[in-house]
Order: sequence, then structure tokens, then C-alpha cells
Amino acid sequence: MNKPLKQHLIDPEICIRCYTCEMTCPVGAIEHDENNVVVNADACDFCMDCIPVCPTGSIDEWRVVEKPYSLEEQYEWMELPEQGEVSVAESAEDGTESGEDPVAALLAEAHKGAGGKAKAPASAAKPTVNLYNLANPVEAVVQGNYRLTAEGADTDVRHIILDFQGKPFPALEGQSLGIIAPGTDAEGKAHLPRLYSVSSPRDGERAGYHNVSLTVKREEGGVCSNYVCDLKKGDKVQVTGPFGATFLMPNDPDARLLMICTGTGSAPMRSFTMARQRTVGKKSGGMVMFFGARTPDSLPYFGPLNKVPSSLLQKHLVFSRMPGQDKEYVQDRMRVEEDIVADMLQDPNTHIYICGLKEMEEGVERSFTNIAESIGQQWRNLRDVLREEGRYHVETY
Amino acid sequence: MLDLINVSYDTQIPNNVGLSSDKKVLKALSKWHPGYLDWWNKLIPQNFQESMVYLRTAVSVDPKGWAKFDYVKMPEYRWGVLLAPQVEGRTIPCGEHAGQPAWQEVPGEYRNLMKRLIVIQGDTEPGSVEQQRFLGLTAPSLYDMRNLFQVNVEEGRHLWAMVYLLQKYFGKDGREEADDLLIRSSGSEEAPRMLGAFNEETPDWLSFFMFTYFTDRDGKMQLESLAQSGFDPLSRTCRFMLTEEAHHMFVGETGVGRTIQATVEAMNKAGITDPYDVGKIRDLNVIDLPTIQKKLNLHYTLSLDLFGQEVSTNAANAFNAGIKGRYMENRIDDDHMLKNDTYKVLDLEDGKIVEKDVPALTAINMRLRDDYIRDAAGGVKRWNKIIEKAGIEFELKLPHQAFNRKIGIFAGHNFDPDGNHVSGEEYDKGITKWLPTHADGDYIQSLMKPVYEPGKYASWIAPPKVGIDNKPGDFEYVKLHMA
Repeated sequence: MNKPLKQHLIDPEICIRCYTCEMTCPVGAIEHDENNVVVNADACDFCMDCIPVCPTGSIDEWRVVEKPYSLEEQYEWMELPEQGEVSVAESAEDGTESGEDPVAALLAEAHKGAGGKAKAPASAAKPTVNLYNLANPVEAVVQGNYRLTAEGADTDVRHIILDFQGKPFPALEGQSLGIIAPGTDAEGKAHLPRLYSVSSPRDGERAGYHNVSLTVKREEGGVCSNYVCDLKKGDKVQVTGPFGATFLMPNDPDARLLMICTGTGSAPMRSFTMARQRTVGKKSGGMVMFFGARTPDSLPYFGPLNKVPSSLLQKHLVFSRMPGQDKEYVQDRMRVEEDIVADMLQDPNTHIYICGLKEMEEGVERSFTNIAESIGQQWRNLRDVLREEGRYHVETY
Repeated sequence: MLDLINVSYDTQIPNNVGLSSDKKVLKALSKWHPGYLDWWNKLIPQNFQESMVYLRTAVSVDPKGWAKFDYVKMPEYRWGVLLAPQVEGRTIPCGEHAGQPAWQEVPGEYRNLMKRLIVIQGDTEPGSVEQQRFLGLTAPSLYDMRNLFQVNVEEGRHLWAMVYLLQKYFGKDGREEADDLLIRSSGSEEAPRMLGAFNEETPDWLSFFMFTYFTDRDGKMQLESLAQSGFDPLSRTCRFMLTEEAHHMFVGETGVGRTIQATVEAMNKAGITDPYDVGKIRDLNVIDLPTIQKKLNLHYTLSLDLFGQEVSTNAANAFNAGIKGRYMENRIDDDHMLKNDTYKVLDLEDGKIVEKDVPALTAINMRLRDDYIRDAAGGVKRWNKIIEKAGIEFELKLPHQAFNRKIGIFAGHNFDPDGNHVSGEEYDKGITKWLPTHADGDYIQSLMKPVYEPGKYASWIAPPKVGIDNKPGDFEYVKLHMA
């Protein structure tokens, strides 16, 4: 079976045939006839040189395909074919989330804390969204289910690994997927999918295997979380997605990441960290993390996290229920470490990510306000600029 | 080491040519700079000068750096001198010096010819800004206004590019020519712009779109042929200008396309199927397709005139000298000298249009014009798709090359748009169907009411399919200064 791949294409309805992309392409992957301008999938190495030089935006089109469209096929096109069986939602087109789609609405709600319409980082990869939906889910097989928190801890957080058996599931770091719990609700209707952030990088939990991991906390009485947390190796699961077109990682290796999270909000941060560890390693611009939990026992990935070198990831693990100590929350530690936060706020390479419970938002905002003030900036203005530039991302629930 | 990719801001003039260590040229440019700003500031109405416009600026000449978008007031736009990176070991691509290393200085024997080409190119750049100076007042949307201003500031930058070449390589008379570029003025009685098409008014937005589609495309073809020049600094300048010129093509093609879109949508909504039912269609506040055809006829034929005489010894000399190449010279498979080749050109014999073989060297203009016609036909095809998709029976056509010509062998002869030789009487009778009349102009003018609300568009033009820099539909492309 062919490995699915992302193919670069040009929208013939929007392209004006100025051939600027063709002149720019350093590897000669773009050519034209009297009809269309086309991209040779065998030659294109995704260097992205053609993207900014296009005056129309028609060049920024991508499809996940089993078999790439040939040049002959592309020459015949009057319009761009849609993604697979399901159309790529509007949301992926403009890098923002909108529309009537309930999943998009859910994500838009989760991203509300950013104070405006969220935008993807400029150098983020183009996400594929809605490849699978309720009418057309994909079946995944559970490869493993591991408890992340200590046996005696007051929370049960699980690391679940799903394998898609060769079907494409091109999830980027920061994207979510939906899981449909079997059975029906009290009214006899099928359960709707619940969203979970992926915690693995784009090339897979195990590099190159394209399997996906999730970080799920067991909620008392929660239908889906109990279903997921009780899954056993070999179980089959109905999955939708990927979803989300803005809470994404910059591909620019020089970018610095400021990550603030609590509990399972660490899932996207884990995916970012692993992705950078695998790709740019020490050449990364660096990452700083403020991660809050009640106790070390209940902090997901406490062990593996401590093994990430601090040259790549500066870790601030913060605990609110340590016996004999004052309660400390992420916002408190940010104030203690205000020098590094201030430094990052002033760096145009910095991207900020906040993920976790809605309750954390207010405190984090307050700390940002104070720290911004200390460098003579008004937080709201700064935040709006950051967000507009795709450098401020909030996902809370 | 000198950084030739990133734009340096160590002088008043952003550049990637090491201006700060080139005192003589820096001094000349610094002297020219205030005159340029003065020209710009007097040109565009004041409230637009004060407005924040979402513009694209180059911060480097490699693909990643030349499209940075941000709000800027136009007088503070970072005009500068940007040349495409030098290609190692580049050789002269055509003519008698083909294969020799490209010139880094102007060869004395070609000095005047080359200067003249640069001055003519340079003269068109400010000319078009002058023609379009009042269009902001009637912009059909903030999106379109932004596109207009982007075109304007880039034409301004193209002027800079030509002025740099004049001042750097042509000494005193180069500096004088640079000054004259700010003295001549579009439509002026005493000192008009050098080419006819740049002295015509751009009275309305459909004219602007037609101009950017047809006339700027001539500019693109000229830049393409200068980009092939054996004089390396000229080639590098033009190569970088071409990336900007593509935006102007985009504004033209999508502008006309969106005008057509609005017309066919309105017709369908009102249940009008006859595209010639002009009165009823105009009642919908959109521009009827026959009028769009007339505008097309006018701008296309004016632009054909810009290519000069079909058979030209000047063009032959420029090619032979290696100063100007053909369109995509490096992709043409021949000896690049045209020693024994012939080329088919149109000619008149006893009032009949005939094809004649002439020495290819003398037909350089004609060849470029043929390339232009092919290039221009592509967009017309795409416009017709919009009409076809809407289910309306009408086809836009490029008129015959003989129609409405003022320069070349067809000048002074009466041809209809199909290329039939007609009598003076027939011509006078047909002309109101072929070219826009005063009444057509008045009607279009009546639609030119500004729409300044973000995300809103005038009735006669459809919104774009994709925003600039992927911006959402209601993005405020221009923050208008309302004082």
C-alpha cells in the first residue's frame, strides 16, 4: 500500500499564470502549459520558496493523497479537486476557525481566551482537517494504555496510543481528534465525539510509524473519558479528525516557545517538545515551560519530562498541594521568573501557548499584565499583536 | 562581507547594493530623494497619505523575504534599491556577444542606446501613478484601495530602480535624466510622459483594472526582455521588478474578473439572459458585458501600440548588442543570434492583411508582441469561464491587431475588431459599438461611489475569492484617516 503523502498543488481558478513561482522554484518542480501551472510531486521538496512570491495565494494548496496527482491530471484541471471523500473545511483554508461545523465551534470556544480570532503561526505547516467525520470515521487499534499518574494519586491520567493501520491520519502537533464512545445516551442517541489533543509529534509516537498518542484524564461519570481510560490493547476505536487549524507549532527552528499548561493541557506541549527534539534538537531557539499540577505524583509525564535537557526545554514544574508548602500556581512561578518571561515577550520569535483548565486563564493573564507593564507594554495591545501574528494561542476547557 | 540578500537600512535608502560604501551614488540619490518625496506627497490626496495601508514590503531579495505585510503610511513606505542576487558566471544570452561574460559596467559603444531604454522604462513608472492618483476617492472597497496603493508604491519603487541605474552607471547625464523623470508629468502639455498610453487618463476603476491587465502586461514583457540583458545590473534589477509586476497582473485580472462576476450574478438574480439588454442590466448597477468588451478593445489596442513598429532596426540593434533579449530567451532553442532566421510579421498589401517573412532580427518587437498577445489571451479565457459558468451566452474577445492602431503598419487604416478592412463611413458607424462612448463613460462614472466599510463592496464588483496575505473577508486593509 502506498504511504499517504501531502501534495503541493496550485488552484487553477485563482492562479493568474504569472509564472513567478516557476521562476522562483530552486529545484524546477513547477511547470506550465497553455492551460495550467502545475507542481511535480516527485521534485517538490517543500522548501516553500514559491509561497510568498505568489501574488494570488493560489499556490498555498495541499492535499493528502494516497497517490499523487500526475502532471497530466493537473494540466486538465479546471478547478482543484476536493480533499479525499470529505472536503477540507473552510477553517483550514484561511488558518482560522469559523463556520457552522460543531467541532470548529467547540474549538473556537476553547480558543476564546486568546481575546480574538485565533491565527496559526506564520511558519506552521498547513493542517489537514476533517479528513474523517461522524459519517465517515476511521477505525484505530489501541496499541497501549499506560497510567501516567502514580497509583495512589488522586487523579488517573492515561497515555493512550492509537494505530490507524495504514490509513492516513496526518495530525500535526497541537491538533485534536474526536473519539466516539460506543452505545447511546439517555435519549437513545449515539454519542457525539469528544475531542482530545494529540500528544505525539506528526511523524508518530514512534518516529515514522504515524501512530498517535493521547493524554486523557478519567472524569467521574464521564462517558467518553472512562471509555478511553478503560481501553485495552487491541481494542478498536472510532475516530474523527484531525481538527484545529490555529493551535499549531511554528516550523521555524529559531522560534522560541513559551508553554503554560496544567494537567492534560500538557498534551500539545509534549507533542511540540518531541517534534523539536526530533527535528532541530539543539539548534532550536529554545522552549520554556510552566507546568502546574497538585503534586509530582499527579503531574503527567513527570519522569520523562525531567529527562529532556534544559538547553532545549527550561522546565518550571509548579505544585499547588505540596504538604508543608504554600500553594503555588503557574502564574505565581511566572512572576518569580519574570525576567525570562519579559525577555520572551519582547522577542519577535516567541510563540506563546496556554492549555489547560479555564480557571488558569485569569491568573495567567494577570501575570502577563504585570510583566508586560514592567517592560512598559500594555498587555492587551501586546496580546492582540501577538495573536494577529499567530504567536499567541489559548486552548482551555 | 557585503550582504547582497538582505536589505540594509544603514542609509536613508534601503538597499542591497552596499550604498553606504558607494559615496558618490549615495550622494546623488540623497539629492534626488527629497524631490521624489515631494512628487509623491503632492500627488496622492492628503487623507490617503495619512492613512495606514496594509502593504507588502521587501526585507530581502530572496523568496522568503520579499513579502512582509504590515500597516504603513505611504509616504513612509520603504522605497529602495533592490537587485536580484547576482548569478555566478552569468553570460550575455543573445546577439553578437552571446556567451561572453555579462557586463558589470556599461560598454561605451552601447551607452546611449542603453540609457534611452532605461529612461523610457523609468518614465512609465511614475506616469502610471499620476494617471491613477484620484482613484482612491472612488474605491469600490478598502481591499481594492489597498491593491491600488500597493501598485502605486511599487511603481514608485520601480522608478527608484531605474534612477539608481542612471545615477550609478551614466554619470552626469544619468543624473539629469533622473531629475527629468520627476519633471515630466502624465497628460502635461509642456512635458508629457514619453509614451502615449501613459498620458491617457485612468478615469474609473474598470479602466484601472484594464490598464493593469493590458498596459502593465506590456511593462511586464519589456521587463522580461530587459531581464535578459547582457548588462547585469539591469538584468538583476528587472528580475526583481518582475516579482512585483506579477501583483499588478493579479490586480488587473481579478479586477476585471470580479466586475464580470458581479454582472453575471446580478443578471441571473434578475432573470436577465440577454447580455445585450443593456438598459435593464444597467438598472442593476452593474457594468454590462458589451461595455466591458469595449473597454477591453480600447486598452488592448493602446497597449499593442507600446510595442512600436513591427519591423524595427532599433530593436534589432538592441538585441544584437545583447542589451535586450527575447521573452524567456534562455528557454528558446536556437543560436540566440538570429543570423539567418526569419519571422512572420503582418503587413498590408493593397489594403489586405498578409503574413510576410522578414529577417527575425528586425522582427524582435513583433515577436514580443506575439508573446504578449498569447499571455493576454490566457486571462480572457479565464474571464469567459466566469460568464460560461453563469450560463450566459457571451464571449469576450481580443480584437484583431489591425483594429484601432495609432502606431505600426495599421495606423491610419480603418479596420473593424474582426480585422476586416472597412470604409470610413462603416467605421464611423461601428465605432460606438467597438469603443467606449462618452455615454458609456458617464454610466461607469455614475457607479464610481466609494465604499469604505471593511468587507463591503460596490454593487458592480464581486468580493475576491482569497484575501491579501490570507486575511479574512472583513479585514480593514486601509485604516482611513478621516480628519
